[in-house]
Amino acid sequence: MDVQPALEFDVVLHAGGRSWHHTGRMDRPGTLVLFGASGAGKTLTLRALAGLTRPAGGHVRCGGRVLFDTATGVVVPPQSRRVGYVPQHTGLFPYLNVRGNVGFGVPRATRATRVDALLAELDLVALGDRAPASLSGGEQQRVAIARALAPGPQLLLLDEPFSALDRAARRELRAWFAAHVRAQAQVVVLVTHDAEEARSLGDRLVLVEDGATVAEGAPAEVLGRS
Amino acid sequence: MSGTGFSLWLSLRVALLATAVVLPIGVLIAHVQARWRYPGHGLVTTVVLLPLVLPPTVTGYYLVMLLGREGLLGAPLHQLTGASIMFTFWACAVTAATMALPLVVRTVQGAFEALDPTYEEIAATLGLGPVATFLRVRIPLAWRAIVAAGVLAFARAIGEFGATMMLAGNVPGRTNTMPLEVFSAYLAGDDARAHVLVLLLTVVSAVVIVVAERLARRPIG
Repeated sequence: MDVQPALEFDVVLHAGGRSWHHTGRMDRPGTLVLFGASGAGKTLTLRALAGLTRPAGGHVRCGGRVLFDTATGVVVPPQSRRVGYVPQHTGLFPYLNVRGNVGFGVPRATRATRVDALLAELDLVALGDRAPASLSGGEQQRVAIARALAPGPQLLLLDEPFSALDRAARRELRAWFAAHVRAQAQVVVLVTHDAEEARSLGDRLVLVEDGATVAEGAPAEVLGRS
Repeated sequence: MSGTGFSLWLSLRVALLATAVVLPIGVLIAHVQARWRYPGHGLVTTVVLLPLVLPPTVTGYYLVMLLGREGLLGAPLHQLTGASIMFTFWACAVTAATMALPLVVRTVQGAFEALDPTYEEIAATLGLGPVATFLRVRIPLAWRAIVAAGVLAFARAIGEFGATMMLAGNVPGRTNTMPLEVFSAYLAGDDARAHVLVLLLTVVSAVVIVVAERLARRPIG
């Protein structure tokens, strides 16, 4: 039996004279919500999981792989972590169309087939030839998520994917996410400050406040208590 | 008029070669300077930008000290091959490239420094190493500045006079580029020829300015 947790992290982060200590654990594949007010260090933790920010101490393990560990000196660079990262402002490459963006991290030999398959699975075929600037906010988020999923990451990291959208677009994207995205990655880590979102999408929730993790458990349980 | 034709053709070849050589070198230097702070960073910036500020004759003098028959690099080259680049086509090209380098580095370094780091972070999480990120993210994001730098380099190269005079001389039928021909025609009192040359150089320069301005003003994408 596999006893390795799907994701486990315990990171100490310093930035701009402040520090944060966040922990989280997912025993099984699913969606982990990092929930808390802005300034609680959610984005920074996400960046640490991606390997874009180096924690001052702690460890990050994903499946059986150690991605970061100060005790043993392991620091896996972002390009070798097999993580998909979607920052708050999607960062779609403006000089590539949707297909080019989605296929960006896929080796050339399999790129076309992978992109075709993924666009079909994620219901994005109609957008294939569009330029990022011509897409709505919700469409940009979908394409950015598709791009992050294309190389087949173990871990998908989403930073407030719904926050820049109006209510209708938010509801639509949430339904799309539940229907299409969750099955694509082993573990999804979703950063949000929206309780409704956390409840409906999370399998497990980490509540962060004032630079530390204060509670962890099933979303209904943790949010019910707070 | 055949002399004018030769000069025009020579100037175009010199400027094209100088641009082709200096553009990749300049982009690489700009990348390194924009990306890393290392001991000697300021020294590299100073050396690269010096030709922009020094009188061209001084830059030319340095090039002679470096590449001349008794120069730092020129002497061993001469001993080895019996040849020297002094007073040749290559001297024109090297000089033009040296004078164009600071314009390329300045233009492209500014563009690299203004890039949003998010794009490179995303590329890293998508599995790209530093070289692939440079080629597939930084270059395409900065391509307008790179093309503009190429246009400016070409303009600087085709207009080079002072340093070329020092390293390449003004050998008729060999190193007499357009700007040198203007000088010769003027000295000889050949106003008609001078007029034609001046007009040609002005047209080329005006076209370059229009192209560079258009590139600089259009948004990225």
